[in-house]
Amino acid sequence: MTTGDDLEGLLRDLAPQVLAAVVRRYGHFDLAEDAVQEALIAAAEQWPDRGLPGHPKGWLITVASRRLTDQLRSEESRRRREETAVAADPGPPATAAPADEQATDRDDTLTLLFLCCHRELSPPSQLALTLRAVGGLSTAEIARAFLVPEATMAQRISRAKQRIAAAGATFAPPPAGEWAGRLAVVLHVLYLMFNEGYAATSGPGASRPELTAEAIRLTRAVHRSLPEDAEVTGLLALMLLTEARHPARTTADGSLVPLAEQDRSRWRRDLIEEGTGLVTGALTTGPLGPYQLQAAIAAVHAEAQDPGGTDWPQILALYDLLERVAPSPVVTLNRAVAVAMVNGPQAGLDVLATLEGDDRMAGHHRLAGLRAHFRELAGQPEAALADYRLAAERATSLPERRYLESRAARLAGLG
Amino acid sequence: MKYMLLIYQNPATWRDLPEPDRQAIMSDAGALMAELTATGEWVGGEALADPSTARSVRVRDGVPAVTDGPFAEAKEQMVGYCIVDCETQERAVEIAARWPDARLWGMEVRPLLSPDGVEM
Repeated sequence: MTTGDDLEGLLRDLAPQVLAAVVRRYGHFDLAEDAVQEALIAAAEQWPDRGLPGHPKGWLITVASRRLTDQLRSEESRRRREETAVAADPGPPATAAPADEQATDRDDTLTLLFLCCHRELSPPSQLALTLRAVGGLSTAEIARAFLVPEATMAQRISRAKQRIAAAGATFAPPPAGEWAGRLAVVLHVLYLMFNEGYAATSGPGASRPELTAEAIRLTRAVHRSLPEDAEVTGLLALMLLTEARHPARTTADGSLVPLAEQDRSRWRRDLIEEGTGLVTGALTTGPLGPYQLQAAIAAVHAEAQDPGGTDWPQILALYDLLERVAPSPVVTLNRAVAVAMVNGPQAGLDVLATLEGDDRMAGHHRLAGLRAHFRELAGQPEAALADYRLAAERATSLPERRYLESRAARLAGLG
Repeated sequence: MKYMLLIYQNPATWRDLPEPDRQAIMSDAGALMAELTATGEWVGGEALADPSTARSVRVRDGVPAVTDGPFAEAKEQMVGYCIVDCETQERAVEIAARWPDARLWGMEVRPLLSPDGVEM
């Protein structure tokens, strides 16, 4: 234990294990989660000076249990409640790790993820609670990541915990019949966490915690619990292959660089290698799913030394499969790019035309932006210019609006 | 997604309202703020001093011209704003419709541009 980063990493790894142990002993997920946060803070304050305790996890469980029982007792004295829980003694601190502890810890992390990604919660609440209860992030860090005041995030997390309690959820894996559906929700939350972090650019967000790193860390944990699940593997591969492009995706001033113009020598070869290996393995063991297919598409992009070397027919074949397995307007939008690259811009425009009637997509800046791009390739600069301007008007993010404005300016001869 | 709700009022009609009506507007706004705080949607907000206290600033050829009064000459002026973080624009509009000023004057709902973005 030499640096603050090591300590933070250790505490974050232990956080879900400690929470699981405390919840299993006392119930009260809501209060237990607060007690574990307090124990983590106490450890971060005391350990650097006093040195690591002999069994850090046991120390955290003991401290969190004490906080929890203190709180339950004080509520008891006020309201004469919680009798059974208070009667339970915290017991001696855990000192030795049982042989099967590692496997239990892995399952506990997964069970906690199921609880935090409860269906009663909205995706933003699932995300916030997962970061705190499983990721061990403080409310202040999560608030910074989502650019909201700490009080707002604290309220969101506490409300999420109340909802889970009201729904009668307990710390147990979902029943067999619900398992696959619940896992899909967990994976979706991890996917959202990754995307939220990936979209963060420099500037005001420069100090935001690395949500992509956190998403990859938690997905690795799920992958360790479920190494045979092809979609879990696919999601991990997708994250690694996407993260590999991170160093090349923005310029020094925070402007976005489109895929075709990125300096591919800056892509992370280590992540590409690991991601490609994972997705190749998953695709051969199946069953096929949307994360594996998206990862496979990212892998095809990654293997091209330059944009001209991209195997677009293969990417199109993968999008055709993806559209069959998990149809959505966003998939169709992305498939249009592959169609345009293989069959020409007019074919791409024809695909986009099928989205015009979709309420979710019709007003979307990415639809107008792509239409502009295809029209530019098709030699219709005036129509393209109008579409770039429309896309810029509809953009929901400043870097995307700046990108679309710069495209429009270039076409108008102003760039 | 964050939205700014711009609150518009006609200062003259506000002044002429009976005191209980003004009280009701203030307490309705306070109750709605408390509710949005509880749901974790409230990000922040401020009330502005009377538009007559505004100074408008324009710089032309490097020379600042400062005039008294608000930038846009209109009967209805922006008198405050709040920022909410909610899932859809429909929800932001629903909140705006419950803001008491909407009953007498009007509210404008504008999405905030995110500082984040994904390359295309």
